[in-house]
Amino acid sequence: MILSLTRRALLGGGAALLAAPCLSAGAKAASVVIVGGGFGGATAARSLRRAIPDLRIILVEPHHLHVTCPGSNAVVGGLGPLSRLEHGYDQLRSRFGVEVVRDSVAAIEGDARRVRLLGGGWIAYDRLIVSPGIDLLWNEIEGYDEAAAAVMPHAWKAGGQTALLRRRLEAVEDGGVVVIAVPGNPFRCPPGPYERAGLIAWHLSRTRRGCKVLILDAKDSFSKQALFQEGWAALYGDMVEWVSGAGNGRVVRVNAAEGWVETDFDRFTPALANIIPPQSAGRVAVAAGLADAGGFCPVDPATFESRRMPGIHVIGDACMAGEMPKSASSANNQAKIAAAAVAASLAGRDFATAKAINVCYSLLAPDYAVSVAGVYEVAGGRRAGVAGAGGISPLGADPHVHKAEAEYAAGWYAGICADAWGA
Amino acid sequence: MRSLAVFMAVMVLAAASPARADGQARLMAETCTVCHSPEIHSPLPSLAGRPAGDILRVLLAFRDGSRPASIMDRIARGYSREELGAIAGELGRKGAP
Ligand SMILES: Cc1cc2nc3c(=O)[nH]c(=O)nc-3n(C[C@H](O)[C@H](O)[C@H](O)COP(=O)(O)OP(=O)(O)OC[C@H]3O[C@@H](n4cnc5c(N)ncnc54)[C@H](O)[C@@H]3O)c2cc1C
Repeated sequence: MILSLTRRALLGGGAALLAAPCLSAGAKAASVVIVGGGFGGATAARSLRRAIPDLRIILVEPHHLHVTCPGSNAVVGGLGPLSRLEHGYDQLRSRFGVEVVRDSVAAIEGDARRVRLLGGGWIAYDRLIVSPGIDLLWNEIEGYDEAAAAVMPHAWKAGGQTALLRRRLEAVEDGGVVVIAVPGNPFRCPPGPYERAGLIAWHLSRTRRGCKVLILDAKDSFSKQALFQEGWAALYGDMVEWVSGAGNGRVVRVNAAEGWVETDFDRFTPALANIIPPQSAGRVAVAAGLADAGGFCPVDPATFESRRMPGIHVIGDACMAGEMPKSASSANNQAKIAAAAVAASLAGRDFATAKAINVCYSLLAPDYAVSVAGVYEVAGGRRAGVAGAGGISPLGADPHVHKAEAEYAAGWYAGICADAWGA
Repeated sequence: MRSLAVFMAVMVLAAASPARADGQARLMAETCTVCHSPEIHSPLPSLAGRPAGDILRVLLAFRDGSRPASIMDRIARGYSREELGAIAGELGRKGAP
């Protein structure tokens, strides 16, 4: 029994929370507030509960379901419905005694140790964990704003944008070209655009003739590049084409009304443009002053405590974690480390950090996946890959290797979601 | 011979870990359950209920490349023998953290 009866009664009625939005830290149990119920935030909530049975854990999240980005490229490719990616908060509430407040954090007051809710009222905290993911930087690519995204979807936050990209893909006809514009580093899910390219090619190669997927990249190399290029050639011939930054691939301008996309020298008018714009940490973190000039949040790599504001830990895509990529896998591990650090500091104990892992599978077709893995230690003030460890799947592998990796990818997805939101 | 050494390593680590290292072992072991989830049915084997010595033996074989692997060799090489012993001790003790 992790909750007292009165606390339980309070939690039983979500309305009680909404009717009394001014929650203050109880006299006895400490409070941790978590901003965001995605991979980082939800995993942190569960880890905190494991560490401290009577801790007050308040998770603020505006959506009643989290739609995961992992798996969303498969939805775009037509391999399954979007509903498969939805995860609710019932188990965090009922099994793990987390107070889930359906609202957005409008402001963080680090000095007063409280957050203001968009719906009004404040919540006080002893420690704050911030995991709001990313926000898209509108107009970094000239002409690419929220209105343009309704025509040229980014689908870099899953949900309506994913469904839109799927619908637009279904409308592409024979001979159509699909452009995917990819930003420079750092951005959410480094292999994600290339996974998407393969799954779009999979759909088009089965349902259309003479189509093409053209990746216009701001970069000169990309995650798992050799594996992607090997797989695209084997599966789709020359259907997927990648243009590097040096090859003039960086998209600088779009016009959604006229349907064109421009690099410095070329203009394309594709059947469908998927624009993945540059990104920053979630706006709430930037507005709080947690981010640096690059738009992401510097943290102590051992504890994920902000380098800018004490008592606040930033995890997931919003933080700068050295060589750890912005992935759900990284967010999961960072959440566990931050939760342990928070638990130790609340108890006045020393904290010894641990190595962290990233594992990331990418699908190129329903039964063809490749992987990258890394182990990251704290070295030289940052998270750095352990020498000799990690790396990508073997090149030139048998088909059964890629098929097995596709099965592991499904197992990874089920496991990491259970780890965050409950099985 | 080899399995005796493994057994000894687990016993020594289990007996001698200070609380600090214990928390660290738990934290490292908690990363395993993402894929090897005790909560769901998955193509990836659950580690629940496996003896620590068995887990360590497999981890060391992944680490030195003597056991074929898809991804575990790449991960196991990131840890020292002592760390793998501590992780195995944690997983074996609890079944799952
Ligand atoms: C197409 C695609 C495919 C991907 N595939 C993979 C994959 O296969 N493997 C992998 O490891 N990673 C993958 N990723 C990356 C993964 O989605 C992210 O790295 C991960 O979601 C980061 O977790 P997070 O907690 O930082 O953010 P999120 O999971 O995005 O969660 C952030 C949450 O915070 C909430 N929030 C935002 N602002 C506020 C506020 N002000 N107040 C309250 N709540 C707020 C949001 O509503 C959201 O629920 C993929 C990403 C994309 C785009």
